[in-house]
Amino acid sequence: MSTTTALKPMTEHSAAEIERVKDWINSEDYKEKNFAREALVINPAHACQPLGAQLVAHGFAGSLPFVHGSQGCASYFRSTFSRHFREPAAATSDAMTEDGAVFGGQNNLFEGLENAYALYRPSIMPIFTTCMPEVIGDDLTAFTRNAKQKGHIPEDLPTPYANTPSFNGTHIHGYDAMLKAILEYLADGKKTDGNDNGKLYLIPGFDGNTANLREYKRYLQMMGVPCTLLADISEVFDSPCDGTYRLYAGGTPLDEAADAVNARATISLMKYCTPNTLKWLEGNSVGTSIDLPLPMGIRNTDAFLMKVSELFDMPIPAELKAERGRAVDAMTDAHQYLHGKKFAVAGDPDYLLGIVTFLLEMGAIPYHILCSRSTKKFRKEMEALLATSPLYGALGTVYINKDLWHMRSLCMTDPVDAIIGDTHCKWVARDAKIPLFRVGFPIIDRVNLHRTPVIGYQGAINLLTMMVNKFLDTVDETCEDQWFEMMR
Amino acid sequence: MADTLVKTIAGITTEKTEELIAETLKDMPEKAAKKRAAHLVANEPQSAKCAIKSNKKVVPGVMSQRGCAYAGAKGVVWGPIRDMVHVSHGPVGCGVYSWGTRRNLMQGIPGVTSFPLDFTSDFQERDIVYGGDKKLETLLREADELFPLNKGLSVLSECPVGLIGDDINAVTKKMEAELGKFVVPCNCEGFRGVSQSLGHHISNDSIRDHVIGKREFSEPAGPYDVALIGDYNIGGDVWAAKPILEEIGLNVKSVWTGDGEIEKIAATGQVKLNLIHCYRSMNYMCKVMEEKWGIPWLEYNFFGPTKIEESLRAIAERFDDTIRQKVEEVIARYRPQMDRVLNEYRPRLEGKTAMLFVGGLRPRHTVGAYEDLGIEITGSGYEFAHQDDYDRTAPELARGTLIYDDVSEFELEKFVEKLKPDLVGSGIKEKYVFQKAGIPFRQMHSWDYSGPYHGYEGFKIFARDIDMAINSPTWSLVKAPF
Repeated sequence: MSTTTALKPMTEHSAAEIERVKDWINSEDYKEKNFAREALVINPAHACQPLGAQLVAHGFAGSLPFVHGSQGCASYFRSTFSRHFREPAAATSDAMTEDGAVFGGQNNLFEGLENAYALYRPSIMPIFTTCMPEVIGDDLTAFTRNAKQKGHIPEDLPTPYANTPSFNGTHIHGYDAMLKAILEYLADGKKTDGNDNGKLYLIPGFDGNTANLREYKRYLQMMGVPCTLLADISEVFDSPCDGTYRLYAGGTPLDEAADAVNARATISLMKYCTPNTLKWLEGNSVGTSIDLPLPMGIRNTDAFLMKVSELFDMPIPAELKAERGRAVDAMTDAHQYLHGKKFAVAGDPDYLLGIVTFLLEMGAIPYHILCSRSTKKFRKEMEALLATSPLYGALGTVYINKDLWHMRSLCMTDPVDAIIGDTHCKWVARDAKIPLFRVGFPIIDRVNLHRTPVIGYQGAINLLTMMVNKFLDTVDETCEDQWFEMMR
Repeated sequence: MADTLVKTIAGITTEKTEELIAETLKDMPEKAAKKRAAHLVANEPQSAKCAIKSNKKVVPGVMSQRGCAYAGAKGVVWGPIRDMVHVSHGPVGCGVYSWGTRRNLMQGIPGVTSFPLDFTSDFQERDIVYGGDKKLETLLREADELFPLNKGLSVLSECPVGLIGDDINAVTKKMEAELGKFVVPCNCEGFRGVSQSLGHHISNDSIRDHVIGKREFSEPAGPYDVALIGDYNIGGDVWAAKPILEEIGLNVKSVWTGDGEIEKIAATGQVKLNLIHCYRSMNYMCKVMEEKWGIPWLEYNFFGPTKIEESLRAIAERFDDTIRQKVEEVIARYRPQMDRVLNEYRPRLEGKTAMLFVGGLRPRHTVGAYEDLGIEITGSGYEFAHQDDYDRTAPELARGTLIYDDVSEFELEKFVEKLKPDLVGSGIKEKYVFQKAGIPFRQMHSWDYSGPYHGYEGFKIFARDIDMAINSPTWSLVKAPF
């Protein structure tokens, strides 16, 4: 035993002290200190840019996402997608290490591209960056050009790239950067003089719900509007189990993506995920490029269908009108179970706007609305949405650049009936003893929610069913015997 | 171990395995094939040194399953210590992806006495430009104020921190003095080294330099004091392993690091024996404590009754007759329970084969548990093992068994396609590749959201899980009848 220094004894906390702190972290006093934080982020509800870039990259036919930078990042992104979708997420990296930090990552990129192409025969390799090459300043324009000149990969292999530094923005910005890069690359020189291709191009945004994407396609098919979904991950991340593993299980066909610049119209359904892509399309495509709110709830879905109808001069078919009627029927039938219920909501900007719209339609109260990294523009838009509903919306408060530990303080000091958000919100839900309705990304503790649409008319029914039945289950499970009854 | 019979598996020969390796390599670019060739071998159980190359750089582009040094530090070594605030220092992603995704369960009241949260400095552009040291100092203060019962804080560097020349060591030194508790720097930037393994080692270094020998246990030392090293409490493993050691009369004073407590880790220099499960991630710590305080250490294996019994007897040999007797009592007490498990599952699993690809321990340590169930291992390999791990692996596997180091997705797919195992045990990234192909799979890092798998209680669950994976009726639906 070393005798040079005196050993300190163990620190003991008394049971009373533990009880005190346990109560204190639920208090107003704690909330104040918690909200005074300047440097520490606790339980953020956002991820980093390259994750979003990889999601986009997965959404094209024959695409192998390629991470330029540290291999660990690639493993984290792949694991995150596989946990959420319960699907393979093939992506590779050029595994830069210390020498890369000193000499730059060009050699890693050469070798990585060559091996990835030889082994996996992709039709496109979208490249995006991790922190490391961003800090050292790798020049990907030169690197990819050199890789082709030196014959590491064929000249005609599309290698769009996006700079996606993790110390800037979040996963939704990586989505934008990668999508723009892919379209720019593929559509280069493809723009025609004035004649559009008669099609609608739809950008779903960073959506971990494959059923939402299928639902869009179903609607447009019913309307008879020819459509291409860009960054279409619906097959990639919801592929059949039939005894064959498909490395490339779907995605937007590259020729269709290349023709995006000739679309009659392009609609982004998540404008916070696509500002630069839309801006680029506006300046470089034949048709109109617009954004619409994520079609959650009845009115947003109406707006989407009506806009498509207007743009393509196609009527909304009777079947869809009937679907709408069924959703409204479900909502009127069940309104009493959600009316006046208070919700805390956390997530990405576009999803938040969609969820709040739906809650307001139900007469529910979106109470604490939290986006862990966003802009004042978003806050203004959300506040304007809340203001449209003096009875239900006016009670809500919007928090930007606050995290789920702030959310905890809010829910403990000013309680709500439930939380809507991704799996990470489960800690708050548990402490506040309220249900969590899992909407968003990632959902890594429940099955098949990515196969259950939350957009459109059916999505409204699904959300309603999930929420109302959970509230009713809770009543049945917790009420005293005298209040337990057959009907609810 | 040297005089045990060399295992063989019907249909597996060194020649055939070498053929499979050659066949797989021939589809790779020449340079990559040359590099990869040294990492793929047919097992020779009797050679003293496994003829495989390991702990080398990932070949770019091949789709390795490896993680990084940060993952090894945050996910493996530091994260499980329950009473510390672990700060992911740098951009937001690393902390988010590693938040709650390793299943190192912990006791305590979350946010009060335990901290299974994601603490991060969420670096922005300005932090890259101006440096993050000042921010780090502020956030450590904030964390200590908001979580006053924490017994220490660790700072785990992400890639940019090392690239921009921040000095987290100076900050933590200052803050340790100010806060009067452990504030430990860990320079585990993801670009360092070739895999998670360097993250383990850097963490070991941090523990050596900043933690061990700094505390003493409240109770006087006893002759049966031991520490449990390299059990990370995945799915509650520690809670299945520790009771057995206590039943045989030992006093488990600290656990490294599953459900761990930092001050107990700091006092481990007072134990009589270190018992190490995950050799890869913690052997250096045992060696340090041996050198510093003369504490001997012993590797053990708590997967499956055969290895548990073997290990308990080996542990007993380090003590006296009291412990020896108790070990025999424990073995006798649990054997009927284990026999019941084997009687139930072995008939359903006998003759099946499995292939493994896991981290730094399980590709060899779980072999006995599969064999207890009648399952033969036809291929095994590690994400981030070193030569000494492979040397320990060779005798556990049959002659000619395929061994693969840092296997790529391309290679593993080919190997599985050819060897057609009844089960693949590997990670989340591999899982759905094989399940799509109709091959039963269990995640062997996370116990596939089940567990514990350690100890007697763990084996019951392991057996049930392996049986349900292989024999689930869902597999019979994969092929459509039309």
